[in-house]
Amino acid sequence: MSLETLSPFILSLVTFVPLGGAFFLTFFPRRDRDIRIFALVVSLLTFILSLHLPVHFHREHSEFRFVIDKAWISVPNIHYHMGIDGISLWLVVLTTFLTPLCVLISWNSVHERVKEFFILLLILETALIGVFVSLDLFLFYFFWEATLIPMALLIGIFGHERKVYAAVKFFMYTMIASVFMLAAILWLYAHTGSFDFVTIRDQITSGAIPNFSAAGEWLFLGFFLAFAVKVPLFPFHTWLPDAHVEAPTAGSVLLAGVLLKMGTYGMLRFNLGLFPEQARQNAWWIMILALVGIIYGALVAMVQPNMKKLVAYSSVSHLGFVVLGIFSFTQAGLNGAMFVMLAHGVSTGGLFMLTGILHERRHTYEIKEFGGLASPMPVYAALYLVIVLASAGLPLLNGFIGEFLVLSGAFQARPIYGILGATGVIWSSIYLLWMYQRVFYGKVTHSVNNSLRDLSGFEKWAIWPCAVAALVMGVAPIIWLAAIDPAVQAALTPYVHIASRVVMP
Amino acid sequence: MIAILPAVYSQALPQGADYVRILPEIVLSIFGMIVMFLEPLLEKEAGQKILGWVAFLGTVAAMAATWMMSQTPGLAFWNTVQVDGFSIFFHVLIIAVAAVVILSSYEYMAVQKIRAGEYYALILFGTVGMALMSSAVELVLIFIALEISSISSYVLTGFRRHEASSTESSLKYFLLGSFATAFFLYGVALIFGATGSTNIDQISRTLESGQIPVLAFAAVALMFVGLGFKVAAAPFHVWTPDVYEGAPAPIVGLMSTAPKAAAFAVLLRIVFVVNVHALFWVIWVAAALSMTLGNIGALVQSNVKRLLAYSSIAHAGYILVAFAATPDLGTSAVMFYTAAYAAMNVGAFAIVSHFANAGEKYVTLEDYEGLGRSYPLLAATLTIFLLSLIGIPMTGGFFAKFYVFSAAMKAHLVWLTIIGVLNSGVGAYYYLRIMVVMYMREARKKVPVAPVPFTLRLALFFCIVATIYLGIFPSGVLSYAQDSAEALVQRAVPGNAGEMPVSAVRSY
Repeated sequence: MSLETLSPFILSLVTFVPLGGAFFLTFFPRRDRDIRIFALVVSLLTFILSLHLPVHFHREHSEFRFVIDKAWISVPNIHYHMGIDGISLWLVVLTTFLTPLCVLISWNSVHERVKEFFILLLILETALIGVFVSLDLFLFYFFWEATLIPMALLIGIFGHERKVYAAVKFFMYTMIASVFMLAAILWLYAHTGSFDFVTIRDQITSGAIPNFSAAGEWLFLGFFLAFAVKVPLFPFHTWLPDAHVEAPTAGSVLLAGVLLKMGTYGMLRFNLGLFPEQARQNAWWIMILALVGIIYGALVAMVQPNMKKLVAYSSVSHLGFVVLGIFSFTQAGLNGAMFVMLAHGVSTGGLFMLTGILHERRHTYEIKEFGGLASPMPVYAALYLVIVLASAGLPLLNGFIGEFLVLSGAFQARPIYGILGATGVIWSSIYLLWMYQRVFYGKVTHSVNNSLRDLSGFEKWAIWPCAVAALVMGVAPIIWLAAIDPAVQAALTPYVHIASRVVMP
Repeated sequence: MIAILPAVYSQALPQGADYVRILPEIVLSIFGMIVMFLEPLLEKEAGQKILGWVAFLGTVAAMAATWMMSQTPGLAFWNTVQVDGFSIFFHVLIIAVAAVVILSSYEYMAVQKIRAGEYYALILFGTVGMALMSSAVELVLIFIALEISSISSYVLTGFRRHEASSTESSLKYFLLGSFATAFFLYGVALIFGATGSTNIDQISRTLESGQIPVLAFAAVALMFVGLGFKVAAAPFHVWTPDVYEGAPAPIVGLMSTAPKAAAFAVLLRIVFVVNVHALFWVIWVAAALSMTLGNIGALVQSNVKRLLAYSSIAHAGYILVAFAATPDLGTSAVMFYTAAYAAMNVGAFAIVSHFANAGEKYVTLEDYEGLGRSYPLLAATLTIFLLSLIGIPMTGGFFAKFYVFSAAMKAHLVWLTIIGVLNSGVGAYYYLRIMVVMYMREARKKVPVAPVPFTLRLALFFCIVATIYLGIFPSGVLSYAQDSAEALVQRAVPGNAGEMPVSAVRSY
């Protein structure tokens, strides 16, 4: 097939098309409509290009595909090395799927500095995709840091009242945490002479690195801290609610939908991939922190008077599931963790968009300002219900599959983890449905809400794909899991004997 | 001194090649003198621009002279001057910085109503001193070069003569600077006593061959004090904020980069060539202190010039980290860092000086509020420099830090690396503050900003291109630095460059 010839370049193309679009946009005249259309075209083009990846992906193989490996800088030995496997494949597609929706949802809500907004959005997309496709540790760190600036600026320029505080807090938290990862990467380079993920992994596995047994623990923690802050794992989560509440809708969508997944992806790829021994030793407290995150996040979400904060804390809870699944070292757990990442991206992305729509009309996120919205906004209410149910984990919608797999994995690892984790599912349906009830059911409590407009065209176009994706993912998860499963199996190879040991009580 | 004089006399007179090997210095001196002579002949108002262009032409000619010099590597003037990849690198860097600073000064001079041709002449003379520092391999010559560059900077610092702060800054710089150079001279005297020579290669051979006398430790420590002052490394950094605050902004751009690069070049020769390993812990502590004190000091500043002054202390600390690493990697990391730092810092100060307006009125963070909206291009340019100073990917500052820390990690300096990376995380905060006020706050008062003149545009363009080029294609500059560093280190210790006695001590 002729499209196969694209394969060596497709990752570079998908990664840098948004950046190219951003570059063109800088020379655009300040005609807002044209800028929006151009941004939409670029992001849709990226999405279409990224569909090449799942179409031509050989699911049965677990090694990296679409690899491009070119020397970039000779000394130190840095390569432009990209490639994806089943773990990163869908995260790339998730990113390209959410970005056009972000453009649509921002169509009428961003009025000022429109050009800057879309430039930042497209730069952010490039950096996010780059994180998932990099196989060179240096390149990975390069993109990892590159996500900070556009995100911080999106929050700080286009956010709400306390935007500056939130932007600086977000930036400093993640920046300081990631320098520990840099130190660990530099250590690995100093002792292996390579930044290449595969080379380093092989050297660690074969025991070729001197002093590794002493330093391994610290390296593991260096990586882990950077990822844990990004996830965010309890107790590093305090930047998240601030960042979300202050961020513009599109910023929140990408923040929750993709940026947080950088952390869990990093854990899966690097903490598990490079340090199997250390991961096993540290799994117990990480799983406990994940459980605390699930339950604590859910309880705090329940008492939030602010809708957006509620959704933000629900992210802390959901991402706890992902971490729980990853460190269960079971096939089901890891498959589930991957699936929750994708499902959470779609459903929480949708929730943030829906919440943002309400904020645009009423300029508040306070739950008590609303009530009985189902009658003035029926379409909105219906779509909100679908997304809420998906997020709460109703069977046949996407949240259920992932959480179920994670919990069965956690149960295999240690039954008590599974049992405690399962309470999170209960909590999540309580806080989500309770919020839904207060906002949508009953009589309209504030008369201003009677005149609220239902969804506009652009908004419908932004929400419908999320709702459809939530349904399809819930009905036919095999489409996604077929690619994820072999990759997960390969990731678990060093843990085979471990897994069986943990399963035995 | 008397001991080496007969040796000098017994040798032949300088050859033609000797003069080529200091050609950039000669060219710069001649142009400096031309500026001085032209000044009284020209009309007061219109003459300023012409003098500026003559000075710029001088730097361009000096650049060409550097190219000629690079064709004839070797020793000159009885082994006091050495032309090698190392000195060529610093020549290009220093002359380029001088050229950009001259370009960015035209407008500043007009706005501040400073009419003085000697301003440009002093920049050129100072450049002579700095360039000579990078190629001198004789401590007495290094001292003379250091003085040439320092005295020019003392005068340039006080050029806003109607401002008390500028005079204060000049006097402070002069008094403390003389004190520091005295330390350096004392160190030179002691090392002469310890080894019987002031030639760096000679000293290195003497120290290599036998027991290192205690006097030599004291000598190198004293020289470190003198040079540590010049590069604003802690604990000799206290003068920096006051001096930078009072000095004319373009001069701060010069002072914080070119003389520092030259002083680091001298320090590289002394530390890695003379190779006294007891210095290791001194450098370790100075690096850790500079990074930490510089960053903490910068956190609370509201004056942008002071903020950047503290940031320059922190950057001196990052560079010193590389000094604690192995000679070959450390040297190239230092060279790359000085280049990247020069590009971003000169650019940042060019914008600060443009923005400061008459009498340098607008230099506080408050004045920068809303700049992103009112002057998007100017703000975006400053943002690129700030991002580079933070060390964000795609900018030269990122690779500069990366190489330094990578070299340190290679030398097993895990703790120093961790202190360094943590500092660069903390340091991000105050650069971010400038960006925050520019983009995320509304202007509370009207700050008049003149349109950016062509010359300044040109200067900023150079800096931007250099910053981004170093951030995306660092290989070229780095491999050049590595080659010249290797040559430097190998010459110092023939045969066993990799196995210096230092590496044994440095395995912490």
